[in-house]
Formats: sequence, structure tokens, C-alpha cells
Amino acid sequence: MRLYAAVAMNSFRRYATYRVATAAGVFTNTVFGFIVAYTYIALWDQRPRLGGYDMSQALTFVWLGQALLAAAALMGGSFQEELQERIRTGDIAVDLYRPVDLQLWWLAGDLGRAGFHLVGRGVLPMVLGGIAFDLWLPGSPLTWAAFLLSVALGLLVGFAVRYLVALTAFWLLDGSGVTMMSSLLCLFFSGMLLPLTVFPGLLGEIARVLPWSAIFQVPADVFLQQHTGTGLLRALAFQVFWALALLAAGRAVQSAATRKVVVQGG
Amino acid sequence: MWVRSTMAYRASFLMVTVGNFAATVLDFAAITLMFSHVDTLGGFSLAEVAFLYGTTSTAFGVADLVLGSMERVGRRVRDGTMDTLLVRPVPILAQVAADRFALRRLGRISQGLLVLVWSLTAVDVAWTWDRVLLLPVMLLSGSAIFGAVFVAGAAFQFWANDAAEVQNSVTYGGNTLLQYPPTVFATELLRGVTFVVPLAFVNWLPALHILGRPDPLGLPGWVDFASPVVAVALCTLAGLAWRAGLRSYRSTGS
Repeated sequence: MRLYAAVAMNSFRRYATYRVATAAGVFTNTVFGFIVAYTYIALWDQRPRLGGYDMSQALTFVWLGQALLAAAALMGGSFQEELQERIRTGDIAVDLYRPVDLQLWWLAGDLGRAGFHLVGRGVLPMVLGGIAFDLWLPGSPLTWAAFLLSVALGLLVGFAVRYLVALTAFWLLDGSGVTMMSSLLCLFFSGMLLPLTVFPGLLGEIARVLPWSAIFQVPADVFLQQHTGTGLLRALAFQVFWALALLAAGRAVQSAATRKVVVQGG
Repeated sequence: MWVRSTMAYRASFLMVTVGNFAATVLDFAAITLMFSHVDTLGGFSLAEVAFLYGTTSTAFGVADLVLGSMERVGRRVRDGTMDTLLVRPVPILAQVAADRFALRRLGRISQGLLVLVWSLTAVDVAWTWDRVLLLPVMLLSGSAIFGAVFVAGAAFQFWANDAAEVQNSVTYGGNTLLQYPPTVFATELLRGVTFVVPLAFVNWLPALHILGRPDPLGLPGWVDFASPVVAVALCTLAGLAWRAGLRSYRSTGS
């Protein structure tokens, strides 16, 4: 356990070294936040209470998206490329030989990265958005606690999906195609492009039960108090379900994949 | 070379190309989802928004295909591989542009063109000769303007070598911005993208003329035709910035 904490801590520090890159990221998140916020204003001006949000809730949704974008790797990125490169070059054999669990190792690293991005690239865009627009903030500390829990569960689900995607490199060698497809699905079905509650009819119903909604839509709804009482428990249980199911699937694929690793050379 | 190397992993190449196509499709899908709730956005119909979307995506796609690799300059400065390019007898700009030249980016252009063609059949425009002529001029100057931004951004990375994201906010951010009608945005923002980073010349100003819409900033009418001039001026500035950046380059060494 201490080992994984150290891995997470080092990963946090590794990302914290790139200060200019973090500032650049905050700038980009803020620019996009402004662009999307104006389009939402145009939309909610004509359809107040669209998707169950009022104007300030819709705007908060936008800025929550920008704040969680890097942490939850909603546009992809983070560890997949690195892991896929290790699989392609065969370095993965060395990793498998180490007395650590491969999945937990990468999970710890990813949580460290997410933790840094949450602070480094999450807080400031949200504050800037709050200065420029009238945002909706929950008053109850219980909601804030539930939100943080929900974000953590969302990060777990996000990791589990990306880990599965990275493992496809064992079969495909070059995983960039699958990685790209998975980032797209994530971007669209997490609610990042448009809240899933605005998706019409059957498409919306399907989108809301897919794992990607656990990554962003659910935490955002917890923040906006769209889930209360038992609804809140149900929303969190939904996230726990996907996290466990996908982490277990990742484990199964991992053991199938490692059985086919052939170590070359002597 | 890079074309052949990406072809080595055929399944992946296919998926990335389809992915590039799908990425932009999903962008447009989000806009159509918005229009499933409203008839107009900022006073513009779906066909008109599609026209804006198609023109900026095509222009951005062309610039991205030719110069999209420029965002790697920061990494090259950081890890010192820039030196390899300096000793070769080929213009450095051409080398950086050809680095990992990715045909898969064709996906973005084709989707932009598809939306553009659809919008042309759906939009209600009185096609006078100046409007017909303005369309190709707009696409060409738009590509050149985005191209200049790519080069200027790369030049900036000689100084701030891990700030590739700032460039993304202008390129990808600009592309997203121009997909929506200018009436949606605050006037300060419009002034910014007209006078500071003149992205409005990529498609907003000429497109407003084609669609017969007044311009929300109330600029004189000839501005709608100024895109080629702006494009040439920006490319010159970007070229100068690139040379200045290159001259100030110091290898990282060890």
C-alpha cells in the first residue's frame, strides 16, 4: 500500500514540474469555457430549464467540465500512450517481472496525475468562470463531500476504461486507433460536449447508462444537486458498479494478455 | 516516409482516419442535438450554422494537414532533436511540417467539406457573382490564416517550450468559436478575434456577406472582402516570428 502511495505521490510531482504547461492548460480551459458558455447562454435563453437545469446551472455545468477535463482525461491522454509504448517495445516484460501488481501500479500513477490536474487545472478555471458568469454553487457541505466522492469514483471508472483500451496494444501493437476512438466516445458520452440530459429520447436513455456518464455527467449532477436523498445513493452506486465491473474486466484482459507475452533474447 | 510508416499498421491507420472523421462528426452532432431543441441559435438556422461550421472546418483542416505537426516544435526544443533538423540542407519549416505528416488528418477536411456541401444545398442565399467568388477566396485565405497561427505558435514555443496548449486555444479554440454565429458571443470577444487575433476573417466576415447578414460590430462593408489581405499580412508576420524564433534557438545540450 505504501508503495502505491509513493507511486501516486511521484506521479503528482512529475506533473507538478511542468508549471508553464499547467498555466497554458489553465488558459486553454478558460478560453474554451468562455466559448462554450456563450453558446449555452444562446441555447438556454430560448429554452429555459432545458435538461432540468436553469441558466446558471447550465453555465456551472460548462465550467465543471473545463475544471474536470484534464483530471478525468475526458479528451484522452494520460498514461495509455506510455503503457502502449512499453507493450510495443517489449519493456512490458520487465514490468511483469517486478513484484508489483501491474494494474494497481498504473492506477496509482494515474490517480497522482489526476490529483495534480484537479488542483492545478481545475480550481483556477472554475474561479475565473465564476468571476465572469453567475455560477450555481451548492451551499450544503454534504453536497460538496458527495461531489468529491463522486469525482473520485468517476476517476476510477475513467482509469478502468482507459486501462482496457491500453491493453488492446497486446493484440494490435499500435494502439493509437483504439485510443482515439475511446477518447471520442468518452468526450461525447460523458456529457462533456452537451449534458446527457439534453440528449433526446432513446439516445439520451442509452447515453445515461453507459460507463462514460459515470465519469463526468454524474459528478456534475451531484454538484448541481440533481440527485438528492436515495437518488444520490443510486447515482453513487451506479458509479461503484461501473468502477468494479470495468476494473475486473481489465484484470481479466490483463491476465489473458500476459499469458501471450513472449520474452525475446537472453 | 511518414505516409508509408503509418500504413504499416493498417488497422490502426484506418481507425485513426475514421476517428478523425468521427471526431468532427460528433462536434457537428452536438450542434444538431442543440437544434433538436431550438429552431435558431443566435438568430441563425441550422443550415446557416452548418455553413459557418463547414467553412471553418475545411480551412482549419487544410492548415492542420499541412502544418499540424508544428506543435511538436516545443518537444523538439526540449529534447534537443531540433539540432538534427538544423544540420540538414532543407528548409527547417518544411522539415517540421513534414515531420510525422499525417494523412489521417484528411478525415477532418472531408467531414468539413461534407457539411459545407450539405449547407450549400440547404441554405437560402441569392447567389450573385461576388458571393460565388467569395466562397473559394474565403476557404483559401482561411487556410492561410490558420496556417499562420500554427507557424506563429511554433515560433512562440522556442521561448516557452512546454506551452503547446496556448497554441491549441487559438487553433482548436478558434475553430470551435467560428463554428457558431458571431451573434452568440459578447462584443468584447468579437473585437478580440477581429482586431487582436484576426480569426473573424477566416469565415465570419465573408460568410456574413454571403448569408446577407449584418455584422454585429457594424464594420464597413469592404471588410468582408479583406480576408486575402489579412492572410498575406499574417503569413508575413508569422514568417518573421519563425525566423526570429529560430535565430534565438539554443540547443539544450547535456
